[in-house]
Amino acid sequence: VTSDITRISAADLADRLSRKEISAVEATQAHLDRIADVDGSVKAFLKVNDEGALETARDVDRRRAAGEDLHVLAGVPIAVKDIVTTKGLTTTAGSRILEGWIPPYDATIVTKLRAAGLPILGKTNMDEFAMGSSTEHSAFGPSHNPWDLERIPGGSGGGSAAAVASYQAPLAIGTDTGGSIRQPAAVTGTVGTKPTYGGVSRYGLIALASSLDQAGPVTRSVLDAALLHAVIGGYDRMDSTSINAPVPPVIEAARRADVKGMRIGVVKELGGEGYQAGVRARFEESVQLLVDAGAEVVEVSCPSFEYALAAYYLILPAEASSNLAKFDAMRYGLRVLPEGVDDPSAEQVMAASRDAGFGDEVKRRIILGTYALSSGYYDAYYGSAQKVRTLISRDFASAFEKADVLMSPTTPTTAFKIGEKVHDPLAMYLNDIATIPANLAGVPGMSLPSGLADEDGLPTGVQILAPATKDERLYGVGAALEAALIARWGGPLLSRAPELLTTADSREVRA
Amino acid sequence: MSTVTSTSAAEPVVDYAEAVQTYDPVMGLEVHVELNTATKMFCACATGFGAEPNTQVCPVCLGLPGALPVVNAIGVDSAIRIGLALNCEIATWCRFARKNYFYPDMPKNFQTSQYDEPIAFNGYLDVELEDGSNFRVNIERAHMEEDTGKSLHIGGANGRIHGADHSLVDYNRAGIPLVEIVTKPIVGAGDRAPQVARAYVAALRDLLKALGVSDVRMEQGSLRCDANLSLRPKASEGQDQNDVPLGTRTETKNVNSLRSVERAIRYEITRHAAVLNSGASIVQETRHWQEDTGVTTSGRVKSDADDYRYFPEPDLLPVAPTREHVEELRATLPEPPADRRRRLQSDWGYSDLEMRDVMNAGAVELIEESVAAGATPSGARKWWMGELARRASAEGRELADFGVTPAHIAQLDGMVGSGRLNDSMARQVLEGVLSGEGSPETVADAQGLRLVDDEGALSAAVDAVIEANPVVADKVREGKVAAAGALIGQVMKEMKGQADAAKVREMILTKLGGS
Repeated sequence: VTSDITRISAADLADRLSRKEISAVEATQAHLDRIADVDGSVKAFLKVNDEGALETARDVDRRRAAGEDLHVLAGVPIAVKDIVTTKGLTTTAGSRILEGWIPPYDATIVTKLRAAGLPILGKTNMDEFAMGSSTEHSAFGPSHNPWDLERIPGGSGGGSAAAVASYQAPLAIGTDTGGSIRQPAAVTGTVGTKPTYGGVSRYGLIALASSLDQAGPVTRSVLDAALLHAVIGGYDRMDSTSINAPVPPVIEAARRADVKGMRIGVVKELGGEGYQAGVRARFEESVQLLVDAGAEVVEVSCPSFEYALAAYYLILPAEASSNLAKFDAMRYGLRVLPEGVDDPSAEQVMAASRDAGFGDEVKRRIILGTYALSSGYYDAYYGSAQKVRTLISRDFASAFEKADVLMSPTTPTTAFKIGEKVHDPLAMYLNDIATIPANLAGVPGMSLPSGLADEDGLPTGVQILAPATKDERLYGVGAALEAALIARWGGPLLSRAPELLTTADSREVRA
Repeated sequence: MSTVTSTSAAEPVVDYAEAVQTYDPVMGLEVHVELNTATKMFCACATGFGAEPNTQVCPVCLGLPGALPVVNAIGVDSAIRIGLALNCEIATWCRFARKNYFYPDMPKNFQTSQYDEPIAFNGYLDVELEDGSNFRVNIERAHMEEDTGKSLHIGGANGRIHGADHSLVDYNRAGIPLVEIVTKPIVGAGDRAPQVARAYVAALRDLLKALGVSDVRMEQGSLRCDANLSLRPKASEGQDQNDVPLGTRTETKNVNSLRSVERAIRYEITRHAAVLNSGASIVQETRHWQEDTGVTTSGRVKSDADDYRYFPEPDLLPVAPTREHVEELRATLPEPPADRRRRLQSDWGYSDLEMRDVMNAGAVELIEESVAAGATPSGARKWWMGELARRASAEGRELADFGVTPAHIAQLDGMVGSGRLNDSMARQVLEGVLSGEGSPETVADAQGLRLVDDEGALSAAVDAVIEANPVVADKVREGKVAAAGALIGQVMKEMKGQADAAKVREMILTKLGGS
């Protein structure tokens, strides 16, 4: 029975909990057992929070027994990306410089998760400070794709996606600065949403690029994503960029799953050349399924998207270079004394600690950003990038005059092999070519599984984009497409993933 | 990059008069004022001065990973009111910017400030000089920013970082709201440049105090002045001084009293002149004012290589005050200082000269409060501007810092007015108050100071003195009224000073049939 618990959706688990068919402790323990069984090979978690999760679960069970009115997701366990601060639980952002750091405060979204009674299973692996598309830039080693352990689970939030895809958690929190929720979802056959910028509080998210970062749900179904989105979304006075409006009606939209009469815009610039054949084929099928369900397809052009990647790699490093300046060994985190220096100055300790604590990709982006903001270069680099950003927003605005949502493949390729691109930053950056425009414009986007590529049998993802604050459209279209695909496949895509060897299995094998 | 050098050897200077004969000083004053908001600029931490180190901190002002700033709306209102009081334009839309540099007392390693979009700009402040003339100081901008923490260097000389064994950092001050007020180049002050600088900071201090936006305590650092100075040659015959290009400037920091502002500018004028006279060039650098030795010493060499990589703060929304809101704030402004001065002068009946002396001594508010507490305007002026002003000026201290309060002055003045004390007794009482012996009543009671109002005793003393001085008494009888002075003196001596001299005079003249 317990193994079943880990396979069902968060929505179904919530139902069973509310009907008291199982307890929160049982549900939590089942997932902790699953983590113990398979995470040795997936390596989704940097930290497992056994005791804390069970304590929350016991509390939920007690309150349920007492007849308290609980949140619909109370007792449903969740994994949290290690870039989100959790009081009393280590938070490293995948970096050596924060190894062992225990935040004295909860991120707003964690406060909301705790208030709703979701046991936090642990903190998931990620590229250092969310810089990467593979988790290979984690200071603590890469996570592995449950579809093929030799391959990357995407990044930066590969840990969260891998945890959900391998049934170690029904729900996870990701963060998306240029695709870090959507790209891992695409390559692991899971669902991930980047909400409208400002839709979910950033308070307690260790900032990569403040104007681009957004936290969101990582799940196995569109409805689960909506349920989680509703928990973490909404106005937060601690985040000045938070939108002061109610959470869009995402759950209702996911349940309705209706696309009749909707205009689906296929973005001309996001597809075609550079996209793997299997990715393209699955995308076209998805579009056709939506047409079959009553939607109308229009082609839209967003000519400025061509410059999105270049603009992104100026804006992101610029903001990151400033955001990461606080890691100076003075108040917290790694402190390294420079070698061969008697009586080092504070500045020398800062330099030595940052040199030892940051990985190469982080250093690369700090240098890029520092350069882009330098006087004499500011206008040419940061200033121009901001202009491109405005043009991209205009492209979206005119596209959304013709279409209610836009669609594209989420990523150009399926999951690549660990080690394949780690020494080629530009190749790595290209993974996010289709996801970056949404971050630059602040519009919401979702990735959901569109099938398996014929040539390699690996998951492909389709991306849906909606106008800012119209997040519910992602869920309406996503749920409709998901239903059509599952009907076609005869079951969820993840049910076709290979079974992972568990610790118990390997014991048997050895025996 | 920056280098730190420490120069302790005295640098050559020239005589001030000679310096301003040859050169035209140009100043730029940057004043940082700490606002007295209850909470910090970007978080809800308290701002009280003097709390235990690191007790007024939170994830935001400590720069913990993940924390985000939220603007203090009252801080913004204060900045707008300062801008309005300085006759500035108020931005319809402006942003905060990050000023990036590494320093241990700055938690995020960037300071949230404003760069090219200040909240207020293009204003002026009229300041009155000692001779009663008016000098207009043009204001470039007033912008909002946050304060840094405070480093305490342990084990080194004079608490400086150089040679220190270790350093402690207190982040209580980190994130306290600041408004930086920057003047346009102040030209045309000539030899009065030091006086103009002082008068400007004093006028600004009074204005900020009247606005109620800051404690403006220079000794506590809630008002800090950085003084920029450059010299250029005096214009030659027929040349406009404004056509002479500006010289290289130095920025003197740590100028933390009105007197220091004046002295630091004066010193830098004499130092610049010596450098220029020798044919050398001024190094563009930051200098530190040394209060004890009265000189500036070389600090950080500033160059174009200083690059703060300013960019708009992405964690904060733009500040866009509506015109209605700005007008609401304008309506809260106090009476303009010049109007107020005219009103008080007329209310108090002071001459122009008296009023100017009172202003120069920084006594306007003390007198206003004394009068409010019951003193007569002339009495209040007499007591504040006498011994107290003499001491303040001699010791370079503020009038308010001697422990004498407006309530004390009102009480003292009342005791004279009611005939309990005469002037010399009142001066004696004031001495006691100055020595911390208590209020005027307490001091007078303790020292048994009280005019004798017993007619009989006084009359007997007068009779005795007349009898003992028949020659003088006769002169008075003959109509030489001036001779009565000697008799009055003796009676006062007899009465140990505790008699009303006017009354004694009247009694002597009556008894001797003079007058």
